[in-house]
Amino acid sequence: MKPTRLSECGNWVLDRFPVTKFWNDHMTHYYAPKNFNIWYFFGSLALLVLVNQIITGILLTMNYKPDAKLAFDSVEYIMRDVPWGWLVRYMHSTGASAFFIVIYLHMFRALLYGSFKHPRELIWIFGMLLFVALMAEAFMGYLLPWGQMSFWGAQVIISLFSAIPVIGDDLSLWIRGDYVIADATLNRFFAFHVIAVPLVLVMLVFMHLVALHEVGSNNPDGIEIKASKDPWGHPVDGIPFHPYYTVKDLVGVGVFLLFFATVIFYMPEVGGYFLEHANFIPADPMKTPEHIAPVWYFTPFYSILRAIPDKFAGVIGMGGSIVVLFLIPWLDRCKVKSIRYRGGIFKKALFLFVVSFLALGYLGTQPVTPLATTMARLFTTIYFGFFLLMPIFTRWEKTKPVPRRLTKDHSLEEQLHALEEQLPALIEEITELKPVSTEIGHPAFKSTFFNRRPNPKGIAHVISRLAIKLKGSLD
Amino acid sequence: MNNKGVDKSKRQFLTSALTVVGAVGSGYLAVPFLAQMQPSVKAMAAGAPVEVDISKMEVGQLIRVAWRGKPVWVLNRTPEVIQTLKTLDAELRDPLSNDSEQPASSKNPVRSLKPEIFVAVGLCTHLGCSPTFRPEVAPVDLGEKWKGGFFCPCHGSWFDLAGRVYRGVPAPTNLEIPPYRYASETRIIIGEAAEEKNA
Repeated sequence: MKPTRLSECGNWVLDRFPVTKFWNDHMTHYYAPKNFNIWYFFGSLALLVLVNQIITGILLTMNYKPDAKLAFDSVEYIMRDVPWGWLVRYMHSTGASAFFIVIYLHMFRALLYGSFKHPRELIWIFGMLLFVALMAEAFMGYLLPWGQMSFWGAQVIISLFSAIPVIGDDLSLWIRGDYVIADATLNRFFAFHVIAVPLVLVMLVFMHLVALHEVGSNNPDGIEIKASKDPWGHPVDGIPFHPYYTVKDLVGVGVFLLFFATVIFYMPEVGGYFLEHANFIPADPMKTPEHIAPVWYFTPFYSILRAIPDKFAGVIGMGGSIVVLFLIPWLDRCKVKSIRYRGGIFKKALFLFVVSFLALGYLGTQPVTPLATTMARLFTTIYFGFFLLMPIFTRWEKTKPVPRRLTKDHSLEEQLHALEEQLPALIEEITELKPVSTEIGHPAFKSTFFNRRPNPKGIAHVISRLAIKLKGSLD
Repeated sequence: MNNKGVDKSKRQFLTSALTVVGAVGSGYLAVPFLAQMQPSVKAMAAGAPVEVDISKMEVGQLIRVAWRGKPVWVLNRTPEVIQTLKTLDAELRDPLSNDSEQPASSKNPVRSLKPEIFVAVGLCTHLGCSPTFRPEVAPVDLGEKWKGGFFCPCHGSWFDLAGRVYRGVPAPTNLEIPPYRYASETRIIIGEAAEEKNA
């Protein structure tokens, strides 16, 4: 075929700038395991939320004023007077919480399938750095509306640094730029939130992906697909990322946006969890709100801080709860990656960890009471126990044989089909027919009806069967 | 590349020397960059003393004033409160304020110049929340042991009505007492130290 003007023009660019090579290396010729399940949506969703935050963030800076006298009112101005300002602001505030939901699920996936293990330790480290940068970004962003929670939340977190011996007081003074949280603090947090930390985030995302594409993705079976290749050198159990996973991720994006839009349009504050009620009152340095709690995504770590009755030890505990996460690749001594083939002791430990993480998160939103403090101490112990005892219990683990090739999951259609077949029998078991005689009407027409009523015995049977099955799956 | 006749140790020396010079230069540049985040001259100057009129204060009343952007409490303590303060020593971490911050003139069991008028910076020594004023004895939410005091809602620290911290709570030291003096019987200047008593 004779080259057209257009293709010549294209070739001129490609000779100088390797777009095609990049596209092939990372999309069409990047082989990903073919058995990704629902847990594998959250990486691409995190990228989507990052883009959402950057775009809505840029739009917000066009009307926001980083000045202690003007900040609170400028946010209200965005909400009321700027065309579509409310939408952009709610997309940004909901996006912050969505970011953490997606990231926590993404991290839990890594725990489930051992994605942090050899050879993916660096991917985990970059990911953890991303998590820390994200926490810094969210924390500094939360000061900007200059509400009561913004002010006192920042007061508490910056005071954490003053607990460090010797340099603590000077360090917190340097961070604040004043003796109290003031205009100087707001202005520098704006600078960090809008330019410094986002640059770090984007750079870390790039490194996270470069490291991932170097060693290849893990999968729910936790085996290396590069171990079995076809004669052309492609992994037998791999499929090109594009178009297979780009299309699959689009479905995930659709489902995610459904939830995201529901929150934005119908419940943008989520009962005070995404946007706290006290933050609709302008910052008042004279008075702390009766009940202060950080936004939900910080509460597990905040609970750990509160549980320890000593200032410095509390700060160490809180910092330590994040530092131990960095160390998992070396704390976990088990060679088997996926939870599918790991021993019962790990499954039970992971279960306890998830329970304690959620419980700490809940307790962090609640006021301090003696009972809550005792509970928080118990769950803090479990939290650290999970990590610090890991080198011991993962060594005893009785693992199951790991397959050489990827196993086949039952598709959703097949599972639904099986469920459909079992459903009538199940309904039969948990209900019973009870005769009901009618009292109204002419006696000659009197008849008996049967009504379906729940059967306690049957329900107990089904629940106990489920419990046995659940226990079995933990072994 | 032809490496013949190359003086490798000289090359190594030049590389090291350049690295060191570069590092020192970067270090010098880092000083202004980091130092410009310190409090500005304006922020440091904004610490003028504040005058408080206490002539209209009722017994048991607490007023809040802003000094250097911080809340400062002035509390008119009842005689019963002053009696209670004497009974608490066993439950306190630092009853004599040996490890706490206050002007020497306020380093006494009631932590004030005059026993009834208590002045303190209203920020918890744990993480800087402003504790709530809870003068009542044994309220439902704080329990039987509460003798009246300041309760920090953030992390549950307990202070008595002389700002002294209880044992077993996160706050490490007693509430800070700012320098203050009496300009007259009814006027307090916060931010200026009291003159030492003449013998």
